[in-house]
Amino acid sequence: MIKTDVVIVGAGPTGLFCAHQLGIIGLKCEIVDNLDKIGGQCIELYPDKPIYDIPAIPKCTGKELTNNLIKQIKPFNFDFHLNDRVQELKNENDRWIVKTLNGKEFETPNIIIAGGVGSFEPRKFPTKSAEKFDGTSVLYSIKDKTIFKDKSVVIFGGGDSALDWAIELSNSSKVTLVHRRDEFKGAAASVNKIKKLSENKKINLITRYSIKDVKGNGSLEGVEIKNETGESKVVKADYVLGFFGLIMQLGPIAEWGLNLDKKTIPVNTENFETNKKGIFAIGDICTYPGKLKLILSGFHEGALAARGCFKYARPDEKYRFEFTTASSTIKDRLGVKE
Amino acid sequence: MAKIKYIEFNGTEHEAEITNGLSVMEGAVQNNIPGIDADCGGGMSCATCHVYINDDKWFSKLPEKEMGEDDMLDQAFEPKSNSRLSCQLIVSDDLDGLTVHMPEKQV
Repeated sequence: MIKTDVVIVGAGPTGLFCAHQLGIIGLKCEIVDNLDKIGGQCIELYPDKPIYDIPAIPKCTGKELTNNLIKQIKPFNFDFHLNDRVQELKNENDRWIVKTLNGKEFETPNIIIAGGVGSFEPRKFPTKSAEKFDGTSVLYSIKDKTIFKDKSVVIFGGGDSALDWAIELSNSSKVTLVHRRDEFKGAAASVNKIKKLSENKKINLITRYSIKDVKGNGSLEGVEIKNETGESKVVKADYVLGFFGLIMQLGPIAEWGLNLDKKTIPVNTENFETNKKGIFAIGDICTYPGKLKLILSGFHEGALAARGCFKYARPDEKYRFEFTTASSTIKDRLGVKE
Repeated sequence: MAKIKYIEFNGTEHEAEITNGLSVMEGAVQNNIPGIDADCGGGMSCATCHVYINDDKWFSKLPEKEMGEDDMLDQAFEPKSNSRLSCQLIVSDDLDGLTVHMPEKQV
């Protein structure tokens, strides 16, 4: 059990800057994110797209913004728990017990949800029949490639993940690559390689088809694919892999008893607390009259939520407002010497 | 100004007058029309404002897809050859009478 002042759910720009504000006022925090890297949407959706509306930074990419935010909170040495997801909350004597998917436990008076539009999850096949094989022979990521040796593997998708795995697995498996159109999103070099492998009969390339049904009782036998003119055919498969990118799902947050407005959480604008004491929401996931889904708004919300956490984390102390330019306490926390 | 018809997967129809310059996605969101999520807010970075243009004549009349739209559509729920991202369809008088059909779900 890790005891802390605040658990931040989400390591996007809003969560990161909020951690900075917590560090400045002397609170500790732990940051949990479902992705395997820090930065949220900035790093997953638009790492190379320029952003033009960060105050005092005329232009920076999602990646640059993330790197600078990481640098800004470095002095506080906060721990990140990546590839993990907050799953369950329980209230015990005014303390929240937070459990993650990987079995970590935190005890904290405060939780700040900075979850954006939710956690990133792989997009799955639309066919119901695929569900019963989910995680066994229908997969959306690969942990151990040796299981595919000498097996029939049908891969769906047109991006780099689909192409790279098709190329890699074609060495030791019977690979079929299925994509809904003739063009591919993946890198040109990979596309050329796929076409060459297809010409040499090393892989079976099928375009303009998509999944229709998954066949098999108990164990997977094949996958039925269809085109838009209504023709369909069955391809033998021991494994079916889908690489359709990531979607954002609110996930377990919806089960925590918070008021919800569509996929957002209503908060007050004084300290961004939700209807639950000690649970705050900031950034794209919160809503209030006039809410703007801008990174700069998330920064403001994080600064106020951090102060909101103070009274629960330090009930016997009085919060004192200080400037970073003047406060020697803050400079100590930042480890700067002048 | 254009009158746009949005038809949910279950057949429920919604009609809205959308101001020129807004996207078909924004028109739905501002009028509380369900079925279009627009998680990324119109940045062509997700695929949750996906619609079908079932009328061939309308499909060919729409502004052509920009680079990246088809790549993003690869990640949509059940994309077809008449799929579009509604954040990329900017409303003008030319779009008056357009009907868009929504997929069964966005995510």
